[in-house]
Amino acid sequence: MNIPDGLKYTKEHEWVSLEGNVATIGITDYAQGELGDVVFIDIDPNLSEVTQGGNCGTIEAVKTVSEIYAPCSGKVLEINPVLSANPETVNQDPYGTGWMLKIEITNPAELDSLLDTNGYRELIGQ
Amino acid sequence: MKKTAFYNAHLRNKAKMVEFGGFLMPIQYTSIITEHKTVRNKVGVFDVSHMGEIFIRGDKALDFVQRLTINDASKLKPGRVQYSAMCYESGGVVDDLLVYMISPTEYLLVVNASNLNKDYEWMVKNNKEGVEISNESDEYSLLAVQGPRSKAVLEKLFGIQLETEYYHFINHDYNGNNFIISRTGYTGELGFEIYFKATEEEAIEFWDKLFEAGKEEGIEPIGLGARDSLRLEMGYSLYGNDISQDTNPLEAGLGWITKLNKANDFIGKNALLEVKKNGLKRKLVPLVIEEKAFPRHGYVISYNGESVGEVTSGTVSPILDKGVALAYVRVDLAELGNTLNMVIRGKEIPCKVVTLPFIHK
Repeated sequence: MNIPDGLKYTKEHEWVSLEGNVATIGITDYAQGELGDVVFIDIDPNLSEVTQGGNCGTIEAVKTVSEIYAPCSGKVLEINPVLSANPETVNQDPYGTGWMLKIEITNPAELDSLLDTNGYRELIGQ
Repeated sequence: MKKTAFYNAHLRNKAKMVEFGGFLMPIQYTSIITEHKTVRNKVGVFDVSHMGEIFIRGDKALDFVQRLTINDASKLKPGRVQYSAMCYESGGVVDDLLVYMISPTEYLLVVNASNLNKDYEWMVKNNKEGVEISNESDEYSLLAVQGPRSKAVLEKLFGIQLETEYYHFINHDYNGNNFIISRTGYTGELGFEIYFKATEEEAIEFWDKLFEAGKEEGIEPIGLGARDSLRLEMGYSLYGNDISQDTNPLEAGLGWITKLNKANDFIGKNALLEVKKNGLKRKLVPLVIEEKAFPRHGYVISYNGESVGEVTSGTVSPILDKGVALAYVRVDLAELGNTLNMVIRGKEIPCKVVTLPFIHK
């Protein structure tokens, strides 16, 4: 199970990486493994703002559907354009090319409430 | 939790295991889509040993089978298989099953794992004919070998020509063990289901021989996830989803196995005659969604803003790359070509009534 150091994690299995005030968001390796083949990422192209814990889209896998929750609040800068044609990227590279959103965070303190690598490892019982 | 004799083979193949019908079963090994396509294009092996095998023996075996099942078992000959169902007096479905005629005094009924105990008790309770009802599920292993290359693989393995026709079976001795080789399956592909009694060691040995024989054909193990997407692409019913004690076989599209005119009375016949007389209220229909949206069990079907039905099975078809579903809808809206709506996360998404199977080969 790949749980990279230096990222923050949510209990709903999203990850966040912060560079300056830009947060990149995706789902974890554990999450993609549990979902199985991802066939569609449904994020509203007009999504402009997200609130921590709020719904920002859905992930359709063959077997099931799952929500994407925002790990922190902010202004949406970019939705990964690769995912509409190649949703399987999420399975292949969940922490890299399979990222979902980039947001400009509005409240850096929110990140303190998220899990670190060890906390997330514990959460999924690894 | 029970394990099948192939449990260690699943672990060795890094399967993701889940609870199903009281068993720990492989849901996927690599990916549902890859496994699905392996079965459509090459050959795959499913461990379906969780299924129940109940033998009916005695002089009145046929009478018993005729009274408990809705299809006409008198049409069977030794070596033939029939898809059928058992109903309650209400016309609701106890289970769907395969009926194997072994001899005039011996039938094998293959039932769903999750219904095994219920089915067995139902049979025992309704045994007016005094037949022997023998639940041999724990002794039998069952592998489904499915896909266009399945015949070639099994011919190589068993060293015989397999000219067995669809819904026929043969008995074959191999390695000192007797195998029932049945040309049946739940995928819509050329395929076989192989029943045999074996210890865990023998079962794993057979598994290894099968994979050795299929190596050049690209044989792979296939999990329950792809089993579900494969059966749904064909529109085959799944008990607990599309059929249940609250649905009758006529509305479920199983009129073709409901033989109201067969010589013997059967349990549920009166209720089903009544359903036929009064006409259906709803019908199970195949639906396709053209947009990027995927149906799931329980989604509501609407028409003119009114709820008119519900999805019982839904997935993305790996072959069509579209959402496909089976849904009960009000009978006046069940017509081929109708456009209805599926309510997906609060949005109404158009879906169209089509014919089965969803895929055409």
